[in-house]
Amino acid sequence: MSINWYKFSAPASFYGLAGRLAPWFAWAAALLTVVGLYLGFFVAPTDFQQGEAYRVIFIHVPAAWMSMFIYLVMAAWAAIGLAFNTRLSFMMARALAPTGAMFTFVALWTGAFWGKPMWGAWWVWDARLTSELILLFLYVGIMALWAAIDDPRRGDKAGALLALIGAINVPIIYFSVQWWNTLHQGSSIKPTGSSMDEVMLAGMLIMAFAAWFYTAAVAFVRVRRIILERERHTEWVKHVLESA
Amino acid sequence: MKSRHKKLLAIGLAVAGLGIIAALVLNAFQSNLVFFFSPTQVAAGEAPSGRAFRIGGLVESGSLKREADGLTVHFVVTDTAKTIPVTYKGILPDLFKEGKGTVAEGSLGTDGVFTATQVLAKHDENYMPPEAAHALEQAQKAQATVVQQ
Repeated sequence: MSINWYKFSAPASFYGLAGRLAPWFAWAAALLTVVGLYLGFFVAPTDFQQGEAYRVIFIHVPAAWMSMFIYLVMAAWAAIGLAFNTRLSFMMARALAPTGAMFTFVALWTGAFWGKPMWGAWWVWDARLTSELILLFLYVGIMALWAAIDDPRRGDKAGALLALIGAINVPIIYFSVQWWNTLHQGSSIKPTGSSMDEVMLAGMLIMAFAAWFYTAAVAFVRVRRIILERERHTEWVKHVLESA
Repeated sequence: MKSRHKKLLAIGLAVAGLGIIAALVLNAFQSNLVFFFSPTQVAAGEAPSGRAFRIGGLVESGSLKREADGLTVHFVVTDTAKTIPVTYKGILPDLFKEGKGTVAEGSLGTDGVFTATQVLAKHDENYMPPEAAHALEQAQKAQATVVQQ
């Protein structure tokens, strides 16, 4: 079976594909969220040190992972767009940014709520927390730059450049707990295995997959809007809008 | 080489260059990026003198003492090599326990006692149910007696 990938790099044909895929991804996300939250809040055992408060990890860790992963995907689309001058790549980058910013905010917010009872502080300026806050500023900055430049093609390139420069921050966030003394604990999942109870780990991983499917579904819906807006002068969009 | 491949290569090189710059900058500011100093680092004079800083390590087992006012606590922070006695007046976080990690902010007195203005608990990356923790503890104890014999 050979798929003509070039066909789908045209916004007009990707519009249809994204529309067909979005509901499947949305259903998968909903199903995984239900299973993940059930495992996390009803099946997973209480932690020996933190009691029930540790259950924030079922939201916090998937959100933090996605905040970094979405940034890397966005930066990759930006790089492809800059190198190959493909319009759809920039549109995908734009479609991903708001969801990435949301997950970054959720990670910071849930972390603060956990930090107050556990560490004794809402916020500390350690390397992990500070670099994650910089990630939020990067997302917001990139979106602001896109919004500030009226010419979409010029805006695309400026935002993509900033996204690429900011990609340096992602490994800094990830390895900050290894490179420096931080208040934030190290990673529970290492190449040598995990230091978590199996049910806890399963709940967390399922929630991470749920967040991934959610991101894809939302990005597909958003990219369709962007395509319609950008291509509004073309015949096929007029056709779509008339039949809707 | 096609022009778009050249472009991709240029982007790749630019990102790699930025990465090297970032690595050098972070390396230069290494001492400003650490959140706390270990007792060994303090003993070696690596901690800043004349301003507040944070020390981090384990709360030595059996060192936690409470004064009659119920708020003032004394404990010893250790990294198993060196130790620092700490005095703190305030509420300790839930996870603060002997044998567990802590980070204290304050200043080192001339008498070698660290007067803390804030004490935080540093959590580790182990998540398990209480029964598993108990079993692990028993196993370690059994291991220890075997070693002693």
